[in-house]
Amino acid sequence: MIRAATVILRKDLLLEWRTKEAVPAMTLFTITVYVLFHFGLDRDSLDGALAAGVLWVTLLLASVIGVTRLFAAEREQGGIDALLLAPVDRTALFLAKASALFLFLVAVEIVAVPAFDLLLLGPGLGGTLPELPLILLLGNLGVSAVGALVAALAAETRTRELIVPLLLLPLLVPLLISCAQATEPLMRQDQGPEDLGRWLGLLTLYDVVFVLVSVAVFDFLLED
Amino acid sequence: MYSKGLVPLAAATVVAVTTAFALVFFYAPLDGDQGFIQKVFYLHVPMAIVALGGFVAGGVFAIRHLRSGDPSWDLRSYVAIHLSIILGLGVLVTGAIWAKASWGHWWVWDEPVLVSFLVVFLLYCVYFPLRFSIEDPERQARYSSVFAITAGAFVPLNFTAVRLAEAYTHPRVLSQTGGSLPGEMRLTFLVGLVAMTLLFVTLWKFELTAKHAALQLSRLRRRRADREAVAA
Amino acid sequence: MNWLAAPALPLDEAGKYVAAAYIVFLALILIYVAIMAAKLVRIDRELTELAEEDE
Repeated sequence: MIRAATVILRKDLLLEWRTKEAVPAMTLFTITVYVLFHFGLDRDSLDGALAAGVLWVTLLLASVIGVTRLFAAEREQGGIDALLLAPVDRTALFLAKASALFLFLVAVEIVAVPAFDLLLLGPGLGGTLPELPLILLLGNLGVSAVGALVAALAAETRTRELIVPLLLLPLLVPLLISCAQATEPLMRQDQGPEDLGRWLGLLTLYDVVFVLVSVAVFDFLLED
Repeated sequence: MYSKGLVPLAAATVVAVTTAFALVFFYAPLDGDQGFIQKVFYLHVPMAIVALGGFVAGGVFAIRHLRSGDPSWDLRSYVAIHLSIILGLGVLVTGAIWAKASWGHWWVWDEPVLVSFLVVFLLYCVYFPLRFSIEDPERQARYSSVFAITAGAFVPLNFTAVRLAEAYTHPRVLSQTGGSLPGEMRLTFLVGLVAMTLLFVTLWKFELTAKHAALQLSRLRRRRADREAVAA
Repeated sequence: MNWLAAPALPLDEAGKYVAAAYIVFLALILIYVAIMAAKLVRIDRELTELAEEDE
């Protein structure tokens, strides 16, 4: 199962490396949204709850692009049938797609988070340092699990581009709450971590629940 | 097939709903702090509980559908979610009316139950576009069930998250639920809850029967068309 | 529900809101019944057509 997942994941990463479709688009999108927030809020620098909220809303909106494109290659080349004809375990397919999305998100954040610091963040990234990467990783884990599930759910519908954001964003509300609440004290001017444990706990619970649910129901998707 | 017990159930619903309304307006005492507006409680809260119960039931039926492959479980899940969405709309509107009367605003963000309910409602609204944009009936049933299970797992998680967030930004000392109501109020609330549940089950069976009849009709038409094709 | 801490409205003010809430509920149920009635009419019409074609 792990081997099958690795093969699909390598194929996806290779394809992304060659076509450069999802990650550059998502990164560009985050920068554009920062510019929109700058003008929309009429603020040159943000801190505290506003900074955490803008960062996380931007990242989650960018993830919508990644989720919409997650099965694009298979669909366009008729590869979804080939994938389904091959006796690939559905759990392996889920693991591969979720890992691909996870790595895409990490790649986007490597650019998008420093860019946020550069363009909008008042207090600077230095104060967020040991905690923020951990929050980002746990957040990415949840987005990847839910994203892969939503991508598979929407893969066979006619109105895929409409279904993905409408389905993904409400499902991400608990994740947004815990990520933004955990990040908020780190981005305050007079910072000091508060209640980090509670929000990381909630985030971990979210990740565990949705990884388990996705693995359990993925067998019934994309089958013929 | 689905209509078993529908008539006695409908009769019981009429009795229960009438009793509940009579208790609300003629038996339950006036609330000491809130006064007359508190009467919305007996409608709003049972409606919310039954709507959430319907969403969870939709998830349970969906599990049975995926386990057995029997499309009738998918139909049960679909009708339960459909009715819960309708009740959910009622919950949001009555909640807004209550908020306006109590706090002067049509919407208050520091009421975690109502805010969670809005998120859940928005999620379940996507069930219908998802379901009806898949044409193949077997696949439609399967994907709808996967949605119903995922959303069912989401409901408690979302309530926990929103409650934590609101408790954090708006600390409050007092949290009042049905548990500590005085006797007459509690009785009225419980009768209201039973009435709402009966109403839900009755409408659920009613709609299932109607859906089943329509399905039988189209089966009959298909069979006739096949016969005519063979004869010609 | 923090309704115990909220201020009480005078009866004539509150009455309108309570009535509105119960009317919303009633309207919701009636609209549902009306839509189901429309579906029933369609089933009836198709069934009649089918019966007439058979004669």
